[in-house]
Amino acid sequence: MIQIGNYAVALALTFCAYALFALFYGARTGRRELAKSGERSVYAMFGFVVLAVVALEVLLMRSDFSVEYVAEYSNRDLPFFYKLASLWGGQKGSLLFWTLILTGYTALVALRNRNYAGKLIPYTLGVLSVTSMFFLIMNKFAANPFERLMVDHGGAGLQAFTAPDGRGLNPLLQHPAMVIHPPMLYLGYVGMVVPFAFCMAALLTRELGAGWIKLTRRWTLFAWLFLGTGILLGGRWAYVELGWGGYWAWDPVENASLMPWLTGTAFLHSVIVQERKNMLKVWNVVLILATYLLAIFGTFLTRSGIVSSVHAFAQSSIGNYFVTFLVIAALASIYLVVTRLAFLKSDNQLDSYASREASFLFNNLILLAACFAVLWGTLFPVLSELVQKDKVSVGAPFFNKINVPIGLFLLFLTGVGPLLAWRKTSWESMARIFMWPTLAGIVAGIITIVAGERSIYPIMSFAIAAFVLMTLITEFGRATRARMRNTKENPFAALYGITATNKRRYGGYIAHLGFLLLLVGFTGQAFTTEGWGEVNVGEKFSIGKYDFTCVDIADVKDPNYEGMSATLALSKNGKHLANLSPEKRFYAASEQTTSEVRMFHTPLEDVYVVFANVKEDTNKAVMQVWVNPLVSYVWLGGVVLALGTIITLLPNRVERRLIRRKKAVENLLRETDKVAVR
Amino acid sequence: MKRQVRFGIGIAVVLIAIAYFAFAGYNESKAYYKTIEEVSAMGPAAQSKRLRVAGLVKEGTIERDGTHVSFVLAQDVETMHHSMRVNYVGSQPVPDTFKDRADAVVEGKVLADGTFEADHLQAKCASKYEAKYGTNAQHPGGVTGADAAPAETLKTSNTY
Repeated sequence: MIQIGNYAVALALTFCAYALFALFYGARTGRRELAKSGERSVYAMFGFVVLAVVALEVLLMRSDFSVEYVAEYSNRDLPFFYKLASLWGGQKGSLLFWTLILTGYTALVALRNRNYAGKLIPYTLGVLSVTSMFFLIMNKFAANPFERLMVDHGGAGLQAFTAPDGRGLNPLLQHPAMVIHPPMLYLGYVGMVVPFAFCMAALLTRELGAGWIKLTRRWTLFAWLFLGTGILLGGRWAYVELGWGGYWAWDPVENASLMPWLTGTAFLHSVIVQERKNMLKVWNVVLILATYLLAIFGTFLTRSGIVSSVHAFAQSSIGNYFVTFLVIAALASIYLVVTRLAFLKSDNQLDSYASREASFLFNNLILLAACFAVLWGTLFPVLSELVQKDKVSVGAPFFNKINVPIGLFLLFLTGVGPLLAWRKTSWESMARIFMWPTLAGIVAGIITIVAGERSIYPIMSFAIAAFVLMTLITEFGRATRARMRNTKENPFAALYGITATNKRRYGGYIAHLGFLLLLVGFTGQAFTTEGWGEVNVGEKFSIGKYDFTCVDIADVKDPNYEGMSATLALSKNGKHLANLSPEKRFYAASEQTTSEVRMFHTPLEDVYVVFANVKEDTNKAVMQVWVNPLVSYVWLGGVVLALGTIITLLPNRVERRLIRRKKAVENLLRETDKVAVR
Repeated sequence: MKRQVRFGIGIAVVLIAIAYFAFAGYNESKAYYKTIEEVSAMGPAAQSKRLRVAGLVKEGTIERDGTHVSFVLAQDVETMHHSMRVNYVGSQPVPDTFKDRADAVVEGKVLADGTFEADHLQAKCASKYEAKYGTNAQHPGGVTGADAAPAETLKTSNTY
């Protein structure tokens, strides 16, 4: 299996090199057959990467501890699914996984566009192969997961060694969300390579019309969907697994995944301006190049150890590979944009603040400002050390100070932007459109103040959320009523009807609703209460409105871990709500302690209980409790956002008709071909 | 031209506002990386700044009180040169990886009596496998806590 894995990677690399040559050279010199063979070798490259991944999975399943990677990240008692997930549990395996997804996307691009004539596709596949090449070189030479375990016994030099058992997957990663979070995130990260490749191909071929934008819209949305879902799943994992009561900590690696998401979001919005008004062409190119570079940079940040982080993998030499690749990619991007500026002229200009274009402009401006601030804060320790002698880090307050107002401004724009007309909106129509939403916002703000809230941000947040919600309701309401008049359908059928006929528009609105819910969920953090209590069986303590009575403390045992659990009866105003049994576990294979959080959910808040520790002198269990309002809206918002995105991804009726017609024509052509041959 | 100026003003206003927030947030949360040796050399001057200090948890010095913990952080666990007592009073629970001989990073202030009051505590268990296998490999992550931290990076960050 080790041999198979090694050969598979080597062969994938060979096919990648051939594809690179055949695609670029073939397309450049117009040798269609050569380019075609390049396209075919892309499939072979993907096939061999699949084989390498299968080989590594077989080694993991067999618990072959003569392989260093298996010995490091798996152990015999590890459950099946976590053995599977060990593929991305460590540096080397996860890099191979990166390559798998990348070459998979490459093969998919080749497959989907196999009938496409012209130079754009060979160049796109060529650019994809360049990135594949970089990762395959690392898989082969810098981070080979198939290396034998070598140990130095008593100074006799390094010798091959088979460990009796592995060190085990990090217990914190042994969680269902952790099995799907990395693949999701990778699908997103790597997916951003595809629109980048199309963009580079467009720059190389100077075919800079709307073609590449049309071809990449779905790819970008798809990657963006997975990136966002992956980020939220990561937050969800942190929330239920890490036991510190929150889901986002502005950790460098979290930031690394957020940055391409922010530029990707900016891109998704500003391409609309290019489609409609032929403006912002340079800007869009720059955005997608930046998104790609940030995705690679994020991967680098996670792996090089230049900034300290929860997620950071072991420090290693691959940092140099990444820096080299990033510099080359950045220089190539800049060179291509500068030399192609003439082809990227804008056809229109901004007219008025009260226009759709202006709202897109500000949306982009603050998304990029947010991205820049996150980048700056993340790299601050490195930058400050370069500039001055002191190494200085910035913490959560820095990121929150900037991003809270930016988030609120963005939310405001989601309400205003889609309702403004292109070019210019008159004062009369503004008054008509925004009267009810503004009123709703003012009412919500007043209610928040009356309810006792005095800080500015929560008040603004609820007011703006109400404003945006009202704009969405009026938009859906108006279109639904109009359709009901025309078709005599019931309201639900009409609502479905308008969404199905204009999926981009109404899917977008649903995504905006998801964003609104997310921000409402984030606002809940302003109202978090926390506390702790020390209890023995029969004793009780209170946090906020909730009472906790300890009813049991017991030992727990499992082949994989052992530990303690405390059972608390949760009640409010004397009414019993639930029994919560948080645990403290010790994982033998990795010698790590973990806390198993238990939660009680209501629509408005979560009661979050952690077994902190056992007090030595009194032998009491120390329980830490958070009451987190509105957290559920974060997850709900994520689901709605994903749903809205999926709706915009679905093919339109018009498109479907076009596809059918195209198929019919192709069939007809094939038939006539046959006739001609005869 | 006039149009461009108008939009220029709007963009400038937004950017200046964001820069202002950034500056305020920076002043509120900046922390200087120092070694314990440097902290003691600073004397009373250390009390005025927010500091971020890395070290090793001295064996047998951990005292827990509810969710808080007090311990001795040492720059070099073998020789015990340069150590200081740390009181962790943060709102987040002590990470599960925090134990004797663990690599730890604390963030907070030096008090007048020389103890360090930390509102952030990050820990990473020392890799026991190194001895067992004799390889240089280390396992990843393994850290809990808010912006819990440096795994491998700690070793290098001791020398900053």
